[in-house]
Amino acid sequence: MPKKEKSLSSVFMNGIIAENPTLRLVLGTCPTLATTTSAINAVGMGAAATFVLVGSNVVISLLRNIIPDKVRIPAFIAVICTFVTMVQMFMQAFVPSLYESLGMFIPLIVVNCIILARAEAFASKNGVAASAADGLGMGCGFTLAITVIAIIREILGNGTVFGLNVFGAGYEPMLLMILAPGGFLVFGGVLAVTNLITARAEAKKKDEKGVIHA
Amino acid sequence: MNEIGKILLFMVSCVLTNNYIFSRFLGCCPFLGVSNKVETAAGMGVAVTFVMAIASLFTKLLYDLVLVPLSLEYLNTISFIIVIASLVQLVEMFIKKTSPSLYRALGIYLPLITTNCAVLGVTILNINSGYNLFYSILNGTFGALGFLLAIVLMAGVRERLETSKVPQCLKGFSGSLIIAGLMAVAFMGFSGLGK
Repeated sequence: MPKKEKSLSSVFMNGIIAENPTLRLVLGTCPTLATTTSAINAVGMGAAATFVLVGSNVVISLLRNIIPDKVRIPAFIAVICTFVTMVQMFMQAFVPSLYESLGMFIPLIVVNCIILARAEAFASKNGVAASAADGLGMGCGFTLAITVIAIIREILGNGTVFGLNVFGAGYEPMLLMILAPGGFLVFGGVLAVTNLITARAEAKKKDEKGVIHA
Repeated sequence: MNEIGKILLFMVSCVLTNNYIFSRFLGCCPFLGVSNKVETAAGMGVAVTFVMAIASLFTKLLYDLVLVPLSLEYLNTISFIIVIASLVQLVEMFIKKTSPSLYRALGIYLPLITTNCAVLGVTILNINSGYNLFYSILNGTFGALGFLLAIVLMAGVRERLETSKVPQCLKGFSGSLIIAGLMAVAFMGFSGLGK
């Protein structure tokens, strides 16, 4: 459990590594699977979600003593919805091509479990600065994770990274990887590798200390 | 006759070709979270079906009769989520009364139907694709049946996996995702059926 005295930078890093929302907590799987068909989509989705996370965390943290406990979930959703509608209108006006390709997954940021989970678990219990740092950290962790998945899928499925060709013209793209099944397979693979690394790191820690914590 | 054929084709494509999980990636959280046992998976699927069918009806009516005449279309996300949240509350109270064991088994995932993206997804999709009221309800009902099919199949596979040897790093979500990937490949075989 995060303690109150934690510094802002450790709160920020917590979202990127220890509690990475996509790879460690496995929240928000739908946008992870759906928007990782190309790296640029993933970055766009990550940026939109980060904006909503920071905004909703700050507002909810400000209102945390006013919102009655019983109706907190609907209140949180209303706050999140407001930010999502803002992002949606903003993207429609300034980056219409990205808006087109992300499609209905922009309004669906409302039901992204990461955002509601952070509102409930962090912003409703912590101060404004810490909540903003938490939102930013979680957002960056999400963005990083989905960008990695998207880069793998784009390389395998299309032979490109951010639209740049990496293998030359002779490469036969493995189309399956940018179709629906590829999303599941690559995400599962990345998750398995993460589990392996964490298990190794934990085993190493135990060896160094020479004690096993109960 | 032609109309009936079209409707049948639409139903099939909702369940198989455009399966919410395998081709649209909607509703993956409960799909991965509640697919441990066939029984709970089926319960979850039925609850989602009920919410999705009714949500399609109410949101379509709300959009056509209230939001469009007042030109408040941009409020669709926020008004739809309120409709869905109240419906979920209703289903929760109903299940609690009629089947306490199912209520316990579904646990945290029951209130989380509100944040099941398949439900909000289907209501937004109905509006974006310009379906009329009848097709919206069909889309909601049969899309949800596709979800039910997927989650029950997944639970069946995972029940079998419990007794078999799985590498440590593939236990839990990572393994489930890879199974889902293979199932998605199988479901791709249906493409070409319907539109």
